[in-house]
Amino acid sequence: MYEALRLSALQEGESAYVTQVSAGPAMDQRLTDLGLVRGTRVTCVLRSPAGDPCAYLIRGALIALRRADADGVSLERQAQELPAQAVTT
Amino acid sequence: MSRVALAGNPNVGKSTLFNALTKLRQHTGNWAGKTVATARGAYTYQGREYQVVDLPGTYSLAARSQEEAVARDYIESGQADGVVVVCDATCLERNLILVLQVMELTGKVLVCVNLLDEARRTGIEVDLPALSQRLGVTVVGTAAGRQEGLEELKEAIAGLVQGDAPAAPRREPQERVTLAERYAAQTVRSRRADRLRRQRRLDRLLTSKATGIPLMLLLFGLVVWLTVAGANGPSALLTALFARLGEVLEGWLAGAPAWLRGVLLDGVYRVTAWVTAVMLPPMAIFFPLFTLLEDLGYLPRVAFVMDHAFQKCRACGKQCLTMCMSMGCNACGVTGCRIIDSPRERLIAILTASLVPCNGKFPTLIALITIFFVGGQGGLLASLEGAALLLGTLLLGVAGTLACSRLLSATVLQGMPSSFALELPPFRRPRVGEVIVRSVLDRTLFVLARAAAVAAPAGAVIWLMANLTVGDASLLAHCTGFLDPFARWFGLDGVILMAFLLGWPANEIVLPVMLMAYLATGSLVEFDDLAALGRLLTQQGWTWLTAVCTMLFSLFHWPCSTTCLTVYKETGSVKWTAVAMALPTALGLGLCLLAATAARLLGLV
Repeated sequence: MYEALRLSALQEGESAYVTQVSAGPAMDQRLTDLGLVRGTRVTCVLRSPAGDPCAYLIRGALIALRRADADGVSLERQAQELPAQAVTT
Repeated sequence: MSRVALAGNPNVGKSTLFNALTKLRQHTGNWAGKTVATARGAYTYQGREYQVVDLPGTYSLAARSQEEAVARDYIESGQADGVVVVCDATCLERNLILVLQVMELTGKVLVCVNLLDEARRTGIEVDLPALSQRLGVTVVGTAAGRQEGLEELKEAIAGLVQGDAPAAPRREPQERVTLAERYAAQTVRSRRADRLRRQRRLDRLLTSKATGIPLMLLLFGLVVWLTVAGANGPSALLTALFARLGEVLEGWLAGAPAWLRGVLLDGVYRVTAWVTAVMLPPMAIFFPLFTLLEDLGYLPRVAFVMDHAFQKCRACGKQCLTMCMSMGCNACGVTGCRIIDSPRERLIAILTASLVPCNGKFPTLIALITIFFVGGQGGLLASLEGAALLLGTLLLGVAGTLACSRLLSATVLQGMPSSFALELPPFRRPRVGEVIVRSVLDRTLFVLARAAAVAAPAGAVIWLMANLTVGDASLLAHCTGFLDPFARWFGLDGVILMAFLLGWPANEIVLPVMLMAYLATGSLVEFDDLAALGRLLTQQGWTWLTAVCTMLFSLFHWPCSTTCLTVYKETGSVKWTAVAMALPTALGLGLCLLAATAARLLGLV
């Protein structure tokens, strides 16, 4: 079992794994460009003075996202075994 | 001749690499989106000429934003004989996603893993041969800032433009990410985390609730204070120098007719000398200091800290970055708005760009603050007081920007804030020597040359206007007399308003033009320092209220001609250009009217 968690609820210093990205078509695309897809590990690193936006470590880069956008990203605490994908090297 | 394009994520050092290859001087800075326009340059390698095209940095080639479309179209058009995808070694995994995407568009790809020096310091090692093997293209490592690996890169480019390979098959976005992750896992080793920890500590200090905003004010305050305190001495020195040079010129022109002496000496020379003496020192201090903050990577942190306010105004947090550029030059700020993806939010940023005072307004503001609001005879306290007031004026500009952004969002540009993702790049040690040399040589002298080029003819025009008589008064007196009743309502006078009108080509010349007009109509005083300027202004009926209103109007009035032209270029619309001129003017006149009326009603003047 794993708990349902949103990226916006991640506390400073916490990490989790992405299960679903649904922040609107434009933002989903952008997050994919940044490497934020299912299975990606994210860490909440910084919180701005107002608490929104926050900065997240995504694939080695620090990216600031607004709460409204981070709300659309669902996470789980434990990495899931992803079904093996047919990726050719 | 062969042509190669530089593509890559934003802020991976493409422009630095471009400069290193072509020996050109594209402006570089540590934040995503610095390069918004495509730059071109060339170099020769082994007798062959190579043209280099620096494409704007993008995270993807899906053509969702202007830059992405530019980069994608260029690569797809086949105009380039090869594409060099520049990657950041400290963040290779994310960069590889774009590499894979470019490889689907063209087969002639070369991967340049840049910032190797920074990666080494962070304890990151990249196995370049292994990466080359996985990707199936040549991989070269560089540290463009230190000129490392450039020969190898040139050699690889020579091979690239000659070879030919088919493009890779199309992949799903998710598939690219998975592949990038696998390649990175196989070729990147990360060992030490101390440096990363230090970076995080600094980040927390600069953005946390307790320290973020105070430190931001302190840093900007420090820059402003160094500008105010440091500019006085050199300004006085230059003024004295120009006065002596003026005497020499007067000797040379002794035989010339009086009108020619008037135009050249009292007109052209005096205004140009004034602009140079008063403009140069603050610019030569402010530009390098600000560029150091930019080089460090501080500006994205400011945008991060300030984003909430922009979100409240339904604008984009990246507008904060374009405002920072506006502080150097409003026209640059307007062009910089291309980093904002949403057309609505970009337009808001363009229309409000001139509400932030540019460098050309600083000397006027500093002079008026020093004359009217700083007590005593200089010293540390006076400069601190002056800096605090100038910082306050800057903050008023920020407040005006936020208020107008909110107003536009609620009226003609309605909409909700769009999605927002801002990269906070690792801090980099600023290249102090280079920053100082470059910002003084490239930016300061450029702006100064422009100001002087405008000041010289403006000096001639104002002298002619003051000395050509129509009816019973000079042309200038007619004009200022005509404007005077209107201007009085707003706590200004005819000469001040006239100076702002004549200063349309460049804000730098507003105060000199004002001075010329007063000198031409009033008693001719020998002007040598700010105290003398103060006496002259007081003689002309200035009070503290006149100074406040002039500062307000200086802060908020129509943008300079260059900025107006840039707004027209960026929006392609006469209507929006008119709004960009009317909005700040209305705000300025409104605030002046408010201040003047309030002060009069309260009997303060």
